[in-house]
Amino acid sequence: MSADGPDGPDDVGAIDAVTATTTAWTTGRIITHDLPAPHLVRLRMHVEDRQRHRPGQHYLIRLRAPDDYTAQRSYSLASDDDDPLVEFLVERLPGGEVSEFLADVAEVGDVLELRGPIGRWFSWDTRTPALCLVGGTGVVPAVAMTRTARRLGRPDLVRVVAVGRGPDDLPYADELDRAGATLAFTRQSVGERPAGPPTREEVAALLDGVEVAFVCGSSRFAAFAEGLLTEAGLSPDAIRVERFGVTG
Amino acid sequence: MPVTRGFFRRRPDGPESRLPPGQYDVGAGWPVLTAEATPHLERDAWSVRVDGLVDRPTTWTWDDVQQLPRSAYTGDIHCVTTWSKFDVTFGGVSVDTLLEAAGPTADAAFVVAHASTGYTTNLPLADVTGGRAWLVWEYAGKPLTREHGGPVRLLVPHLYFWKSAKWISRLELVAEDQPGFWERNGYHDRGDPWREQRYQGDA
Repeated sequence: MSADGPDGPDDVGAIDAVTATTTAWTTGRIITHDLPAPHLVRLRMHVEDRQRHRPGQHYLIRLRAPDDYTAQRSYSLASDDDDPLVEFLVERLPGGEVSEFLADVAEVGDVLELRGPIGRWFSWDTRTPALCLVGGTGVVPAVAMTRTARRLGRPDLVRVVAVGRGPDDLPYADELDRAGATLAFTRQSVGERPAGPPTREEVAALLDGVEVAFVCGSSRFAAFAEGLLTEAGLSPDAIRVERFGVTG
Repeated sequence: MPVTRGFFRRRPDGPESRLPPGQYDVGAGWPVLTAEATPHLERDAWSVRVDGLVDRPTTWTWDDVQQLPRSAYTGDIHCVTTWSKFDVTFGGVSVDTLLEAAGPTADAAFVVAHASTGYTTNLPLADVTGGRAWLVWEYAGKPLTREHGGPVRLLVPHLYFWKSAKWISRLELVAEDQPGFWERNGYHDRGDPWREQRYQGDA
C-alpha cells in the first residue's frame, strides 16, 4: 500500500468507524438556535452518547407531545465529525409539523429526541474525489463534506457546485465561497457570472478525477443535476442522489 | 423519553388511525425518493424475468405483460422517510400471476427484486404472494412516470416503499435471505410500517 493510499497517513482522522445505523434513540440539547434567513433555522445540539458520523449522513429528530403523540423527520448534518456539536439547517415548510416547531417554538436548552447517524449510501468516505452538485437547502451535506475535507487537509477532494436564486437565498453561501465552491445563482448576476443555472462547461471543468457525485436538492433540481452530470460525461453509476419535496 | 416542551398533537383523531406510527399524511403530493440517477427506459426496451429457484424461468416484455390478467391496488402507501399517501390507485398485474407461470420450487423462500439500475431489495416470498404484490405501470389511471419507476415498478404496499423497487427488471427466487441495497446500507430487513421496522436493529 502506498503512503498516500487508503492506509496511508493522509487518512489520519478519516472516519471508518461508522456503524451501519445507530438504532438507539438518544437525546440532544439545543445549544444554539438562530434563523439565518426567515425560512431557515440552524440548530447546534449536544448529543448524548454520540456516535461518529460521515459527512452526508443524517439524523432523525423526533418531537413528543404530552399524550405521547410523536412526529419525526430526518435532517442532514452540516457539521464535521470533529465538531463537538452536531449542526442542522432546517427549512421551515408551510404547515410543516416539525420544521415549524423547530423554527418558531424550539429554544436554546430544549431537549429533543435524536437518532443517528443514518445512511451510508449518501455519505462521503473521506478519501474518494467527489463532486457535490447541490441546490437550496440541499447544500447541507456538501457543507459537512467540505468541512471534513478541510479538516483532513484535503480540500481538493471535495468540489462543490452550489445553486440558489441569489446569494441571500443560498444557505452557507459565504462559507462555500471561501471554500472555493462554484456558486451559481439563477436570478442574480454576481461578479462576472451572469444569472443562470450551472452550465455543462462549469461542471465538466470540475470532473477531472471525480469518482462519485452527490446530488442533493428538490426533485426538480435533482432531475436537472443528474442530466447535467451525465451530459458532462459522468457515468450514471457514479451519481448518488438525495431528493426532497413533493411532486405530483 | 422526554416530552418536547411546547409540542402538542396537531391532528385530531381520524384519518390518523390509518397512519402507521411515526408517519404523516403527505396529502396530494408524491415525493420522489431515489438514490441513483433516474434511468431513461423505454417501454419497448423493458422486460422482466422471473428466475432462480423456479421450474420455468420466464421473461415478459411490455407487450407480454399487457396480455396478462389485469390487477389493481387501491389503498395507502408508506415511505420510511415518514410520509404516507392515502387512497392511491395502481394498475398492473399481480405478482401471483407471474409466479404461477414460473413455478417456484419447494425451496424458494425469498425473492430478490432487481431494478435495471442495479438496485436490489429482498422480500420473503410470503410478502409478494397472496394478492399482496404487483408489477404496476399505471398510477391514477395514467402511465407511471419515469421518476416514479416507470415504465414498470414493483408494488408491495404493506411494506415501506423502498421494497417497491422502481424500474423492475427481475424477480430472483432464492432459498436464503439476501439483503438488498438499502438493507445493506442500514435499513431493516423486512420493513413493516405498522411495526415501525425502519432501520437495522428495530424489532
